[in-house]
Amino acid sequence: MRYALLVQGGPYSDQAAHSALRFAEAVVARGHRLETVFFYHDGVYNAARLAAPPQDEPHLVDRFRALHDDHGTQLKVCIAAGLRRGLLDEREAARHGKQGHSLEAPFELTGLGQLIDAGLSHDRLITFSP
Amino acid sequence: MQDDTTKASSQVLVILRHGPHGSSWLREGLDAALVAAAFGREVTLLFYGEGVTALVEGQGAGPLGQKGTQPTLEMLAMYDIETLLVDQQALDERGLAASDLLLPVTPLAPSQLAATLAEHELVLNF
Repeated sequence: MRYALLVQGGPYSDQAAHSALRFAEAVVARGHRLETVFFYHDGVYNAARLAAPPQDEPHLVDRFRALHDDHGTQLKVCIAAGLRRGLLDEREAARHGKQGHSLEAPFELTGLGQLIDAGLSHDRLITFSP
Repeated sequence: MQDDTTKASSQVLVILRHGPHGSSWLREGLDAALVAAAFGREVTLLFYGEGVTALVEGQGAGPLGQKGTQPTLEMLAMYDIETLLVDQQALDERGLAASDLLLPVTPLAPSQLAATLAEHELVLNF
């Protein structure tokens, strides 16, 4: 089956992102395709390039990135929710006159229309919210 | 499951479970509904639980700097979002009647919820 996930909880603050990752890893372990993870609301913080958790805690950003590297999962971040919360890729940082960027590939800023498309084009969309 | 993603009449149900103040859930949920409608999808809203308070008149910006959601709600018709379901039990619990609300709504009894969820191709929960 083709799965998409919607992640709406921030990393470390709530269980949502942890649960999403465990579910994601189970989906691919069972031989299904996890094609898209969409980050919305506070879930956009899971794409923070500069996240530096203690070494004895799971690195959630790296684990989401690994879904892309190992399984080709697209990691899509709502641009409106991201910009408000300081998640900018190099292009948006330049456009807004910011010195650094906080989001990079394989995470990509994209519109909410992509969430609707993912929901309608995949067999399942599973939401993880706080 | 539908594979035809270009079908214009795809049914999207957006469930709004938060009031207009205290968090951005309502605004971000409404944004998702408006985008779905702008992409030509047929969208139904369900105001559920605390979400029914979004429809109480006069939800302005307030002192905390969040934009009020009333102007967005008043735009729904422009986006052809015309089916507004409300959780009748939540209205009753709060002493509200459908006539107290900003827009015409269709009350939904708890017994109708499962069928409503089942008949939509995509359900987004905010």
